[in-house]
Amino acid sequence: MDLQLLFEATVSGVMLGCFYAAVSLGLSIAFGLLDVPHIAHPAFLVLGAFGAYLLGGYGLDPLVAGLLLMPVFFVFGLAVYQFYYATFERRGTDTGLRGLAFFFGVAFIVEIGLILAFGVDQRMVEAPYIGHSLELGEMRVPYRMLVAFGMALVLMGLLTAFLSRTFTGRAIKAVAQDEGALRLMGVDPVRVKRFAFGLATAVAAIAGALLIIVGPVDPGLGRIYIGRTFCVVVLAGLGSIPGTVVAGLILGVAESLVLTTAGAAWAPAVAFGILLAVLAVRPAGLFGR
Amino acid sequence: MRIVRLLTGALAAAALLFGGIAAAQQPIKVGIGIAQTGPLSGGGKAALLALRMWVDDVNARGGLLGRKVELIAYDDQTNPALTPGIYTKLLDVDKVDLLIAPYGTNPTAPIMPLVKQRDLLLMGNFSFDVNAQIKHDKWFNNAPWGAGAVAWGGTFLEAGKQLGAKSIAFMAADAEFAQNLCTGGRAIAKAIGLQNVYDQNYPPNTVDFSSMMRAIRNAKPDIVFVCSYPAESAAIVRAVNEIGVGPTVKLIGGGMVGLQFAPIMEALGPLLNGFVNYNSFVPEKTLDNPGIREFLAKYRERAVKEKVDPLGFYLPPYNYAIGQMLEQAVTATKSLDHKVLADYIRKNEMKTIVGGIRFDAVGEWATPRMVMAQFRGVQGKDLEQFRKPGRQVIIAPAAMKTGEVLPYDKARK
Repeated sequence: MDLQLLFEATVSGVMLGCFYAAVSLGLSIAFGLLDVPHIAHPAFLVLGAFGAYLLGGYGLDPLVAGLLLMPVFFVFGLAVYQFYYATFERRGTDTGLRGLAFFFGVAFIVEIGLILAFGVDQRMVEAPYIGHSLELGEMRVPYRMLVAFGMALVLMGLLTAFLSRTFTGRAIKAVAQDEGALRLMGVDPVRVKRFAFGLATAVAAIAGALLIIVGPVDPGLGRIYIGRTFCVVVLAGLGSIPGTVVAGLILGVAESLVLTTAGAAWAPAVAFGILLAVLAVRPAGLFGR
Repeated sequence: MRIVRLLTGALAAAALLFGGIAAAQQPIKVGIGIAQTGPLSGGGKAALLALRMWVDDVNARGGLLGRKVELIAYDDQTNPALTPGIYTKLLDVDKVDLLIAPYGTNPTAPIMPLVKQRDLLLMGNFSFDVNAQIKHDKWFNNAPWGAGAVAWGGTFLEAGKQLGAKSIAFMAADAEFAQNLCTGGRAIAKAIGLQNVYDQNYPPNTVDFSSMMRAIRNAKPDIVFVCSYPAESAAIVRAVNEIGVGPTVKLIGGGMVGLQFAPIMEALGPLLNGFVNYNSFVPEKTLDNPGIREFLAKYRERAVKEKVDPLGFYLPPYNYAIGQMLEQAVTATKSLDHKVLADYIRKNEMKTIVGGIRFDAVGEWATPRMVMAQFRGVQGKDLEQFRKPGRQVIIAPAAMKTGEVLPYDKARK
C-alpha cells in the first residue's frame, strides 16, 4: 500500500470525522445530556442547511448565515422543548416511546414543510472555499472540509468551556446526572432542560450550514444522518462533547481508510462494527460514566 | 300481478341501462406510483407534471373512448419496498384500467413479479434492464437506451477507445440500476481489451468522495466509468474538481443520474465541463424536432409555477410519450384489454413527441437513441445557457453526433 495514499486517506478521514462530530454535537446535548429522544435532530440540521441556502440567495456566506440563524434556532428549540414537555414528558412514564413518536412527527413536518417551500431538488451554496482545495505537495485537501474541521473544533471548545465553566452549563450537566437533586436545590430542571435544548438546536443551525457547505442537501437528507449521528453520540458515551469529536474522528478515519483501501461497500459495516466492538467492551461508550 | 311484473321488468331494464351509461361515463383510470420525495423525486415530480399535461391534453380532445382520463398517482418515496403495496392498491382498491411503472429501476424491479403474475400491460418509466430476466411480454419501456448494457456502456467505452484508452476504473452505487449498468460495462471493457485497474461499489449516501477519488488517481486509469444516483453525482463532480482524478484520465462519466436535472446543472456550472454523460435529450440540432420543442415551451410555464425542474429535458418528454402511446393504442384498438393493447404496441410504431418508437421482444426500444454528451464551455451558473446548443455536445452514437469527444483535461478548459 502506498504510504502517501494512506496518509492522505487519514487526513481526509480526520476532516470527515470532524464534520460528523459537528453535526452530532447538538444531539449529544439533547439526547446525551437531556435524555430527550431527539430523532428530529437531523431534520433540524437540514432546516439549518436550507436556512443557509435561503440567506445565501442574498449574498451571505453560508457560515455567516449559520451564525445568524443560531439565535432564531435557539428560540425555536425553546418552543419545541416546551411543547414536548407540556404534551409528552410531563404526562407519562413511557416518555421514551412517546417522545420518539413526537420527534418522528416533528421530523416529518420539517421535511414536508421544506418540500412545500423549496421543492424536492438538491440545493447547494456558493462560497470561495467550495470547489477548491488546498494543495500541499501532491496532496489536495478540499477547503470545504477544512472549514468543517475548524468549525467542529471551535464548537467543541466553546461547548466544553460553556458546560464546565459557567453556572448554566454546570446546571445542564447536573440535570443530566440527577434531576431530583437539582430540584431539591431550588433549581427548576425544566427551565434548565429547555435552555439546553435551545442550545442544542442553535448548534444544529451552524452544523446545518456545514452540511450544505460539505455537500448538496435535499429535504429528505435528514433520514440519512439519523443513524450516523446517533452512532457518534452513543460511541462517544452519551453527553460527552470531547467524546463526540473523538467518536466522529474514529468513524471518519475508519470510513476514509476503508473507502480508500479495503472496498467502499464495507465502509458502513466497519463504522458500525467499531460501535458494536466498543459497546461490548465499554457499554457506556468511550467517554461515558 | 302482471302489472307488478311489468314494473319490476321496467325497473330492471332501467337499472341496466342507466348503470351501463354510468359505467360508460366513469373515467379511464391510469395508475402510477412515482417518487415525489426521496433521492429520485427531482425527476419524479417533473415526470408526473408531464403525465398531467398529457391527461389535460387528452381530456381537452374528448378523452379516450368517449371517457375522461383520470391519473391516480402515489408517492413511492423512492423506496422500492413500498411499490408492490402501492401497485396492489392501484389495482385492487382504485381499480385502475392502465398502469405506468414508477420512475427508475430500483422502484420498478419489485413490481415486475406482480405484473407478470396478473398478466398486465405495464408502461416502463426509465428503468434499465428490469425485464431482462422476467421477460414479461406486456412490458414497454419509454427509455431510449434499449436492452442490455451494450447500448449504454458500449457507446461510452467506444468513445474512450477513440481517445486511445487502455485501462478503466469503475465506481458504482451499491444499487440495482448502477450494478446492472456496471456489470454490462465490465463485460464490454473486457471484450474490447480495457484493463480494469479499479473497481469499487460505494454504499448509497456516501458523504465525501475524496478518498475514492484519491484511490482512483492512484490506480491511474484512462477511463473512469461512474454509475451514480443524484445524491452522489453532484458530490462526485465536486470531488473530481477538488481532488483531481489524475492526468491519465481521458474520459469520465457514463452513467451519472442527476447531471440531467436543472438544479444540479445550475449549481455545478463549470465544474461539469469535460464530463461525458448519458442523456435522453439535449438541445442539439440532431435531436431537435417540432413536437418536443412545443412540449418544452408548454412545460416550462407550468414547471416554474410548480417548482419542478425548469429545463425538463430528461424525463418529461418521455413521460408525455407514455401517455401518447397509451392514447394511440386505446384509440386504435378501441379497447382497454391489456392483451389487445400490448399486441398493438408490440406490432406498431408508436408516434410520440420523442419520435417514432418500435419495441423489441423484451419491450425495449428496437433502435436505441440514447446519447452520450460532453459538457463543454459551461460558464457561471446561468441555467439559460443549457437551453442553447454547444453546452452538451453529442459525441455518440454516430447518427446523432454533433462533435468529436475531447480528452477530459482539454474539454474542461
